[in-house]
Amino acid sequence: MTFDTAADFDVRRYLRPERMPHHLCPGCGHGIALRALLWAIDDEGIDQDRLAVVSGIGCAGRLSANIDANTFHVTHGRPLAFATGLALARPDLQVVVITGDGDCLAIGGNHLIHACRRNLKLTCLMLNNETYGMTGGQVSPTTSESMLTTTTPLGNAEPAFDACALAAAAGAGFVGREVTHHVPKLKELVRQGLRHPGFAFIEVLSDCTEIFGRKNELGSSPEMVMRQKSGIRPDAYRDTVDTPFRSTELRTGVLATNARPEYGTAYRAACARTVVNAGQGGAT
Amino acid sequence: MNAPEAGVVRDRVAPPRLLSGNHAAALGALAAGCRFFAGYPITPSSEVAERMARLLPPVGGVFVQMEDEIASMAAVIGASMGGVKAMTATSGPGFSLKLENLGYAAAAEIPCVIVDVMRGGPSTGMPTRPAQGDLMQSRWGSHGDYPVIVVTPASVREVHDETVRAFALAESLRTPVVVLYDQAIAQLTETVELPTADAIRPVERRWAAGAPGDYQPYAAGDDQVPPMARPGDGYRTHTTGLTHAESGFPTQAPAVVERNQARLLTKLQRNRARIESFEVERTGDAEVLVVAIGISARAAKRAVTAARAQGIAAGLFRPITLWPFPEDALRAAAAGARAVLVPELNAGQLVLEVERVLRGHRVVGLNRYDGEPIAPAQIEARIGQLAREAK
Repeated sequence: MTFDTAADFDVRRYLRPERMPHHLCPGCGHGIALRALLWAIDDEGIDQDRLAVVSGIGCAGRLSANIDANTFHVTHGRPLAFATGLALARPDLQVVVITGDGDCLAIGGNHLIHACRRNLKLTCLMLNNETYGMTGGQVSPTTSESMLTTTTPLGNAEPAFDACALAAAAGAGFVGREVTHHVPKLKELVRQGLRHPGFAFIEVLSDCTEIFGRKNELGSSPEMVMRQKSGIRPDAYRDTVDTPFRSTELRTGVLATNARPEYGTAYRAACARTVVNAGQGGAT
Repeated sequence: MNAPEAGVVRDRVAPPRLLSGNHAAALGALAAGCRFFAGYPITPSSEVAERMARLLPPVGGVFVQMEDEIASMAAVIGASMGGVKAMTATSGPGFSLKLENLGYAAAAEIPCVIVDVMRGGPSTGMPTRPAQGDLMQSRWGSHGDYPVIVVTPASVREVHDETVRAFALAESLRTPVVVLYDQAIAQLTETVELPTADAIRPVERRWAAGAPGDYQPYAAGDDQVPPMARPGDGYRTHTTGLTHAESGFPTQAPAVVERNQARLLTKLQRNRARIESFEVERTGDAEVLVVAIGISARAAKRAVTAARAQGIAAGLFRPITLWPFPEDALRAAAAGARAVLVPELNAGQLVLEVERVLRGHRVVGLNRYDGEPIAPAQIEARIGQLAREAK
């Protein structure tokens, strides 16, 4: 497998210079994820005027302000619900959602499972840094067991959500996961998500070095990223190699796809049939 | 009745129809150009959603039943951010859930219309019984200081017309507008003559024009309402619930915050003349003034007529726009009143605003919260008592 290099991609074209410096801490993986998204958008030739980015609250949610497009920074947990209205009202737009693990899986969990089930064309990037970084590092639905956070001073006793398994079970048309260490692979995964005609859910394993990493003595950002890399099991190797991978390792790549009808297309087709059959129903 | 926003609804009418208030809300929304509805089932407002589910497809609109009340409010704002007129409908428990996003719409200045059908409360309350318990919540329910318009129709025809007007106000002033009525008005079925389609002139949002480089999303002219950018038109703006500068980007600079918050909070005050609407009946010489909304106002009207027949100088002031409260009009109507009676289906909410506006007047509440409307005879008896006490 070969990948394009980033030589022809100028990220500055997609960033708002007036929003620099950005809000991210040194070592945060979210900037890498943002770059991969913008690279994928560039590769796909998506018109910035037709691109809408909807984001929630938190470190990931703030990223929409940095993107030179139609950007909407909405309420905590609700970007998928706002984006559902936007995409249904404006099927001509390419709608991308940027959310975090707390935004998407805790306060916004209901919207996620129904967005997966509804299968409206949206590309949802969930940046998973295992914690609520912006509020100071509390436990999140994806915090690994036994980890220390400000609200689990004795270690986290709850198991972490497997967001991709959840999305696939709820019927998302496209589900994938990648780590920030593999930027070209992440970019390719996002490209596939952008192209997918239905709901695409992509989990990006990011790292919160300053808060979560420091609290758990996980070392520098490169150390955290390398640990993620060593902890993944590329899906291509699934069921083929037992070692050196551990049994608890996370799968990456495209994890699920299905060809269910896209919701907006199906709804509009049903509406068109209604108009053809008008006379029986009509405006009542 | 004074004339609200001339040109929105004129007096050309279609043949009479038998309609419920909720049905009329859906027809009013459609006539106003609403092309997106997101909702969640809740008694006693579900008929609005059910009607919209049938009415929108033939006109190229979108109906979606969302996973919860919060999502339906969010989807409505999302659709409106896309440039499409959008509405949702709910009742008390759902309205409580929508309030965070209503505050977002107010702060980010996204036009939208929310129907709130009031049922007995608090909590799950009495889903099929009338109440008027959301009057204060509709004004103050979301956190922080924010502007909102609330209209309170009292008949099926008025639900239709006020829903049309709600869209006109929402779109032209970039604000959420709540159409607030009680279960009795919602499910009351009466014969109405709706205006013909050509008698309704929908009001459109003012869109950004000119070079994108010169456009400031929250810079407003004299009317304090900034023109709005539509995705796809090349402006590529940022919208946020964070306190923002004219640029649309967040700020915490005190002078910029002060300037932008002041504009937001005075926007409706500056446009009061377009917003306020009310009905007065025999207030000219009224010694006992009744102030009421919705089904209580209908009972009050009958009580005033009955009191007049007995020689009591009674009058009625009915706010149609509840918020911003038509305070100058109330002061004028109450000028000669020796007592003011406020019948309402709650433990005392409208009376607080009447007391505030009519400082120095004798203001008395008449409250019922047992799930039954206040009967005209109850109000008439209280008017008689107040008239005797005033002698």
